[in-house]
Amino acid sequence: MDLQAIWFFLWGLLWAVFFMLDGYDLGAGALMPVLAKNERDRRMILNASGPFWDGNEVWLITAGGATFAAFPAAYAAMFSGLYTALMLLLFMLILRGVSFEFRGKVESAAWQRTWDWLHVVSSFVVALLLGVAFANIFRGLPLDEQGIFQGGLLTLLNPYGLAGGVLFVIMFFLHGALWLGLRTDGELQKRSQAVAEKLWIAFAIVLVLFLAYTAVETQLFSNYLRWPVLLIVPLLAVIGLIATRTFLGSRRMWPAMGASALTIVAVTFFGIIGLFPALLPSRLNPGWSVTAYNSSSSELTLTIMLVVVAIFVPIVIAYQTWAHLMFAKPMGDEDLDHEEAY
Amino acid sequence: MDPLFLSRLQFAAATFFHFLFVPLTLGLSLLVATMETKWVRTGDKTYLRMTKFWGKLFLINFAIGVVTGITLEFQFGTNWSRYSTYVGDIFGSLLAIEATAAFFLESTFIAVWVFGWKKLSPKFHAGVAWLIFFGANLSAVWILLANGWMQNPVGYVIRNGRAELESFTAVITNSFGWQQFLHTVSGAFLVGAMFVMGISAWHLLRKSNVDFFRRSFRLALPLGIFASLFVAVQGHFHGNEVAAIQPAKLAAMEAHWETTDHAPMHLLVLPDPENERNSVEFIKLPSMLSILAYNDPSATVKGLKDFPEDERPPVQLTFWSFRIMVGLGTLFIALMGWAWLKRNDIENQKALLWALLLAIPLPYLALQAGWAVAEVGRQPWIVYGIMRTADAVSPAINSAQVWFSLGSIVAIYTLLGITGFWLIVHYAKKGPKAA
Repeated sequence: MDLQAIWFFLWGLLWAVFFMLDGYDLGAGALMPVLAKNERDRRMILNASGPFWDGNEVWLITAGGATFAAFPAAYAAMFSGLYTALMLLLFMLILRGVSFEFRGKVESAAWQRTWDWLHVVSSFVVALLLGVAFANIFRGLPLDEQGIFQGGLLTLLNPYGLAGGVLFVIMFFLHGALWLGLRTDGELQKRSQAVAEKLWIAFAIVLVLFLAYTAVETQLFSNYLRWPVLLIVPLLAVIGLIATRTFLGSRRMWPAMGASALTIVAVTFFGIIGLFPALLPSRLNPGWSVTAYNSSSSELTLTIMLVVVAIFVPIVIAYQTWAHLMFAKPMGDEDLDHEEAY
Repeated sequence: MDPLFLSRLQFAAATFFHFLFVPLTLGLSLLVATMETKWVRTGDKTYLRMTKFWGKLFLINFAIGVVTGITLEFQFGTNWSRYSTYVGDIFGSLLAIEATAAFFLESTFIAVWVFGWKKLSPKFHAGVAWLIFFGANLSAVWILLANGWMQNPVGYVIRNGRAELESFTAVITNSFGWQQFLHTVSGAFLVGAMFVMGISAWHLLRKSNVDFFRRSFRLALPLGIFASLFVAVQGHFHGNEVAAIQPAKLAAMEAHWETTDHAPMHLLVLPDPENERNSVEFIKLPSMLSILAYNDPSATVKGLKDFPEDERPPVQLTFWSFRIMVGLGTLFIALMGWAWLKRNDIENQKALLWALLLAIPLPYLALQAGWAVAEVGRQPWIVYGIMRTADAVSPAINSAQVWFSLGSIVAIYTLLGITGFWLIVHYAKKGPKAA
């Protein structure tokens, strides 16, 4: 593999890890109105993600930064083309981030209701927008020969884009429900696990429909037709999906969480492999696509960045894993009654 | 209004707002880590209460700093896509390194710090506070090396129609970037120190928790003295580098129109850029500008008139920002000196306590002004000498889109600013938990 190809898959990996990690706290946040019956439940849901959401979100910053460093022309085309959608995403992330921090700071029901509401809406909209954006990339964007986006916000709201939004929302819902089934206690935990079972059915149906729709609407399958061995990736998604249900059924929550994470990574990579070598396929003319080869940085930058990533990403994974293990147990009252809790 | 102008406004609004919160993060993290270390070392519960009280204010501030930072990274792509394409090879990698090497560290460990009080040993927990300090300041290194490259591009070659990296070593040893880092971080330490001293002053004036706040004051004071002196002395050397590398910025900072040797400085100046002169110049210090810029009274200082008109930065904004920064910097040294003299009787020094309280916003103002000198003074260039800001804007965006995002940013940031300010004041006034 050449440097560009390596970076293409690293680019995909960073997005996949971001979806896998932030997916559970986004899903958990958006499920709050469904799962929480009282103030303790709501605080449980926020504190379940408390030690992690910030570190999880840095994967987005890193995915963005890596796009900038490795494929500057793709970074430029992607974020200026998807301008309004991205801005909405950023605003939602801003409101969501401070909602964690601000909510518990004032003893007023109205204050807390307001931030809860913002938290739920922003979690939901972020999941939706990520799905819409990536489905549109899978489908191809109206890019002209200079990589300039010829369309508006409404261009993105096509049926396939919206289907991607629905897919992501349900995928993150399931991931979030599993997370709460793992981190919370009592009735809330049981409720989360029961809801996860229902969400699993919905997700399985939506995923199958989405894959079929993808075959009709996009060119993603052409790489698979050329190299059928790659079909192992969507197969892994299916295996992850089945394993999720099996582990959930026997209430082994960490393995269920792991299986769900596998599904998310495999679904992302299903798309990434299908795209290769285009980061942003053009719908107007395949020759105008922004690819790993026509948008990449110099060999020197790609090499240096590869060294940086090879050193630091394993370190980050090590300490984030350590942090997750530290808070691996279901929470109890003692996790809510200390002054630092949300 | 065109997308270019709106994008500039938006970038300025987003940066200045973000930069209201970053300096306190950089400075206060140092003080909080020190407090916690003292607690671990001495076992004195007051230090633990200090860690928690100042830590809470730190966290409220930190949250806003983090969320508003996300917008900045993505704005290069959304609004400045031609810039991103042209220099991403170098600039993009510095931002990516910042995220991987520093921001992860800061964000992951801040949560460990908040939620890990009962899960970690006190020693380990204090170590985490130092990791947060280290991560935050390491972020500043990479961000300012990235900005330093825009100010003084080095280690690149123009190839394939863009700036490509030629020497990574040159980019990360760019002395302009390191000078900016030292200047910004020492300014940020001053913000942290004066924040702690100012809030302590409020409580000391009211005689509430006197022991607690006297000790907080005493803990912050050495940092305040050190930072106020360091930022001024180092600022002088940073200025020498500006004079050598960005002479047009220097001329605008001083509203210096005519090229002269033995260039003087005037204490009172009113620039009149329309007529390429100063309408008021009062209290002349002979050869002072030559000395300050080049450490040589006979040095020639190039005047604005000798730069093509389309290569001059906006004079009023650069000039006044610089004056405000330097004037305040001088004031801080005096204030810190005063505080040092009265340190042993601080709770009875009403005038000093009032001055410290009222001075809380001033280092913020000085830092914002300094940032304006750096960024406005660099204009019309986005990358000094190689790319103009006007050539950097995204071709794919239109005015309506930028109006929407600019309006939303102003609205959301105003809401955040008011809420954050109110919360910090609320918790600052509430004081520490009873022992």
